[in-house]
Amino acid sequence: MVASGYDVAVVGGGLVGIATAWGLAREGCRVVVLDEGDRAVRASRGNFALVWVQSKGLGLAPYAGWTIRSSNAWRGFSDLLKQETGLDVSFQRPGGFHLALSEKELEARADAVRRLHAQPGIVDYKTEILGHAEVKKMLPDIGPEVVGGSYCALDGHVNSLRLFRTLHTALNARGVSYRPSHRVENIAKEGGEFRLSTTGGEVRAGRVALAAGNANMRLAPMVGLEAPMKPERGQIVVTERVQPFLHYPMSAVRQTDEGTVMIGDSKEESIDPAGLRLGIAATEAERAVRRFPLLANVNVVRTWSAIRVMTKDGFPIYDESETHPGAFVLCCHSGVTLCANHALTVAPMIARGALDKALVAPFSARRFHVPAAG
Amino acid sequence: MFRRLDEKGATLLLKVDGQEIRARDGDTVAAALLAAGIKHIRTTPVSGKPRAPYCLMGVCFDCLVTIDGVGSRQACLVPVREGMSVETQQGKREAGR
Amino acid sequence: MTDLASAYDLAVIGGGPAGLAAASLAARAGLSTVLFDETPGVGGQIYRGITSTPVTNRAVLGEDYWAGAALAAEATASGALIATGATVWSLDPSLQVGVSIAGRARLIHARRIIVATGSLERPFPIPGWTLPGVMTAGAAQTALKAQGLVPSGRTVMAGSGPLLWLLAAQLLRAGAKVEAILDTAPRLNWLRALAHLPDFALSPYWSKGLALLREVKAKVPVIRASSVEAHGDGQLREVVADGRRQPADLLLLHQGVVPNINLAMAAGVEHRWNERQLCFEPMLDQDFGSSVPGIAVAGDGAGIAGGTAAAERGRLAAIAAVRALKPDAAAPDPQAIRQALQREEMGRAFLDWLYRPPVALRQPVGETLACRCEEVTAGQVRHMARIGCEGPNQMKAFLRCGMGPCQGRLCGLTVTELIAAERETSPAEVGYWRLRPPVKPITLGELASLPIAEAERKAVER
Repeated sequence: MVASGYDVAVVGGGLVGIATAWGLAREGCRVVVLDEGDRAVRASRGNFALVWVQSKGLGLAPYAGWTIRSSNAWRGFSDLLKQETGLDVSFQRPGGFHLALSEKELEARADAVRRLHAQPGIVDYKTEILGHAEVKKMLPDIGPEVVGGSYCALDGHVNSLRLFRTLHTALNARGVSYRPSHRVENIAKEGGEFRLSTTGGEVRAGRVALAAGNANMRLAPMVGLEAPMKPERGQIVVTERVQPFLHYPMSAVRQTDEGTVMIGDSKEESIDPAGLRLGIAATEAERAVRRFPLLANVNVVRTWSAIRVMTKDGFPIYDESETHPGAFVLCCHSGVTLCANHALTVAPMIARGALDKALVAPFSARRFHVPAAG
Repeated sequence: MFRRLDEKGATLLLKVDGQEIRARDGDTVAAALLAAGIKHIRTTPVSGKPRAPYCLMGVCFDCLVTIDGVGSRQACLVPVREGMSVETQQGKREAGR
Repeated sequence: MTDLASAYDLAVIGGGPAGLAAASLAARAGLSTVLFDETPGVGGQIYRGITSTPVTNRAVLGEDYWAGAALAAEATASGALIATGATVWSLDPSLQVGVSIAGRARLIHARRIIVATGSLERPFPIPGWTLPGVMTAGAAQTALKAQGLVPSGRTVMAGSGPLLWLLAAQLLRAGAKVEAILDTAPRLNWLRALAHLPDFALSPYWSKGLALLREVKAKVPVIRASSVEAHGDGQLREVVADGRRQPADLLLLHQGVVPNINLAMAAGVEHRWNERQLCFEPMLDQDFGSSVPGIAVAGDGAGIAGGTAAAERGRLAAIAAVRALKPDAAAPDPQAIRQALQREEMGRAFLDWLYRPPVALRQPVGETLACRCEEVTAGQVRHMARIGCEGPNQMKAFLRCGMGPCQGRLCGLTVTELIAAERETSPAEVGYWRLRPPVKPITLGELASLPIAEAERKAVER
C-alpha cells in the first residue's frame, strides 16, 4: 500500500511536527504527518508550557535572538489559530521569574545572566536580578526563604495541551493527512521523491521534514544529515485546580489557566519514562512549598515524567541535506517557545525548498565538527 | 433524599456552612450531609455546576468539601467528630486552606 | 499511627474479604503483616460497616452480609496490624508502599504485597448522571450498611446486575420504598447466557438469585428500558426511560462492577482486556502473582467473581507468600481452597452474559459527559478519535479527560470504548491510561516530607 502525492512528509506528530505541518499547509503544500502510536514516548505531552526567553543562549548567542523572535511572534500566531479554529490557547506574556532559595542559587543565577548578556553579538534585552522585597511586590505569596530571583519581561506561557489540540484541529480542517501508528523505519530517495517505509505502509513525498524529537538521531543519517541527541528525563508534579494566585510563570512553578499548579523540574540521566521517582517528586514539592507556603495543603492529583528532546549541546538543530536535497531536520528542546518560529518562519523556508542561512545557519549540526580552539 | 432508620443516636453536632446539623458517631461527613438533606455540597472547578456525593466509596471525588479549614477532603472517607466545621467547596480550591 | 513499623513481611492493601482473609492467614502462619484500608473500618464494599453497622436486624442485610463478621473478627485476632483510615497512594516494583495516615505520609517496605483493592461500579454515563440526586446503587448500599440510612423520597433504580436486585431487596426489607426498577439488560443477552445456564443452576447463586428476584418483583414494578436519562435543573427532578417520564428525587444507577486497577497499574502490573466482562484485569498466575515479582492481586481486583471467591483468592495469594518467605511455616493446603474457589466461580459466566450492559449505556453520545471531573463530553471524545487520536493517553492530552482527581476511574472504560468504537478497533488494541502514583491525592506538604536522597535532590537543585 503506497500513499503518495504529498509535497512534504513531516515525520513526528509532536509540537515541532504539527506546527511545521500547519505552516506548510498555509503555504499551500500537500502535507502528511507520520506519527507513532498512543504509547509512544512523546516529549510534547510532557512540557512545562513556557514561552521562555531568559537564560537562553549562553554558549550560542544567536539562540537568544531566535528565541525572542518567536516570543514576539507568538501573539500573532495564537490569534491566527484562534481565527481558524475558534480555540484560544491562552497565551500570556506577563514576564517570568526564576526564583532562588539561597544566596548561592541567586549568585549562580546572576552570574549566568551576566555571562549571557556579555556575549559578543547578543541581542539587547533585559533580565533583572531582584531581591526578596522586589519579588514580593509582584509575587505577594512568596515565602521567606525566597532570597530573590531573575525576572524577564519577555517570558510567558501558554496552555500547551490546548495548543496541541488546536493545531491538530487546524491540521484536520486544512486537510493535512495525519497518520498515527506510522513509525518510520527507512527513508530512501528514488526517482526524485522520498519514499518512507513505515509500520503503516509506504508513503511518498517530494520533501521530508524530520521533526521526530530524539528519534531524529536514528532518522537523520538516512537522509545524509545528523542529529546528535542527549535525551534526559524530567518529572513533574501537578496539583488539583486552585483559585488563581500565581500571575507570572516561573521556571519551576506555574499556575495554568485551568487553575492547576505545575511543579518541576528535574533533570535525570535515565531515559526510561516509566514510574515515579519519589525522592525527586518530594524535592520538587518541598521547593515549591518553600517558594509558596500556601501550597502546603494543596493536593497532588497526578505526576508524570517525560524524556526531554535535547540535542548534544542543548541548542536547536536546523539543517537541510546536501546529499538528499529536499530533506530537512528540525530538533529543539523548546518546542513550545519556538512553535511560532516553526509555524511562521521555518515552514515557509521548507515550502520554498531552502533554509534561510541568515537566520538559521548557527543552528546547523556542522557546529559539532568545528575543532576546539587552541 | 435519605433518612435514618433510627433517629436516636444522632447526638453529635456539626456546622455546615455555619448551620448546625446532627450526626451520629460512626457517620462519615458525606452520610451526615445526606441525612441532613443537604442537596449539593460543592460546585465544580470547571463550570461551576452543583455536585453531590455519587459513589460514597472514595472513587468519584464528587464529595469534596472543606473540613476544619482544609479543602478538598473526601467527605465519604472522613468520620464525623463533635464540633467539626464543614464548608461546601465552590469551584476551585483555595490555596492556603 | 505510632505502632506502624517501616518494614513488614507482607503488606495487604484493602480491607475487604480478600484482604482480610489474606492478612489473617499470613499472620497466623507467622509473617509480620500489615493491612491498610482507607475507610474508617474494614469490610471493603461487600461487608461495609461489618463491625459497626447500626442495622442490627440481620434480616435486612441478609446472611451473606453477616458472613463477613467472622472474616473481620479472624483478621483482627490474627496478629496482623489492621490500619484503617490509611490511604495507600503509591506502590512501586521495589515493593515500597506510600501510605497516608492522619495527614502524614509514610513509606513502608514489604517483602510481599497483596493488592486487594477490589472493584468499583462500571461507569453509567447517561444524560444528567452528574446531577445531585443521581448516585450509584453501591452508594445507597454503603449508606445503608455503614450508617443505617435509607432513601426517603421517590427513588428509582436503573441498570442490571445482581447487586441491583440485592440492594432493592435490602431497601425494601429496611422499609424504604422503591418506585420502579428500570431493567436495562437487553433481552438478547439470554441467547448467549443460556449456554452457561447449567453451570449457574449448580451454583449457590441459582436459588438465592431466583428468591431475590421474586421478593423484589412482588413489591416493585420492573420496567424494561433501553435508554435512561436524568433531568433536572441543578437537582434531579425526573427520570426519563425510553421517553416515559417519572418524577424522582433519587436515581440509583448500577450496571455491574469492574476491577479497581489504578494501584496495580501504577505499580507496573500488566493488565489485559476481558471481553466477556468488558473491563481490564491484571494478568496473574495460579497463585495470583502478577507480572511484578512480589506483587499479587487478589479479590475482585483480580477479576470480578464476588465476595466469597475474593476470600478464597486472598487465602491462595497469602499461602504463596508464606511458602516464599517462611517455607517451614504451617499453612493450609491450597487444594481445598482451590476447589472452593472453583465452586464460587461457577455460574459467573452466566451472570456476566445475562447482565452484559448494552452498548448504548457504555458508549454515550453528544453532550453526555464521559469524564465527570473535567466535564468532557462523549461527543468531544468521539470527534478527537475520528480525527486521529488513537488512544486514551493522547486523548487525555487533547481533552483533559482522565486528568481530574479520580484519575480516570469513572471515565477510563468509557474513553477506551469510545475510541475503539470510533476507530473500529477493540478496547484491547486501544489500551488504557498510563497510570502513575499518587493514585490517591496527597498534599504537597506530605510529599515534601518524604525522605530525599542526595542524588535525588541534586537532580532538581541544579
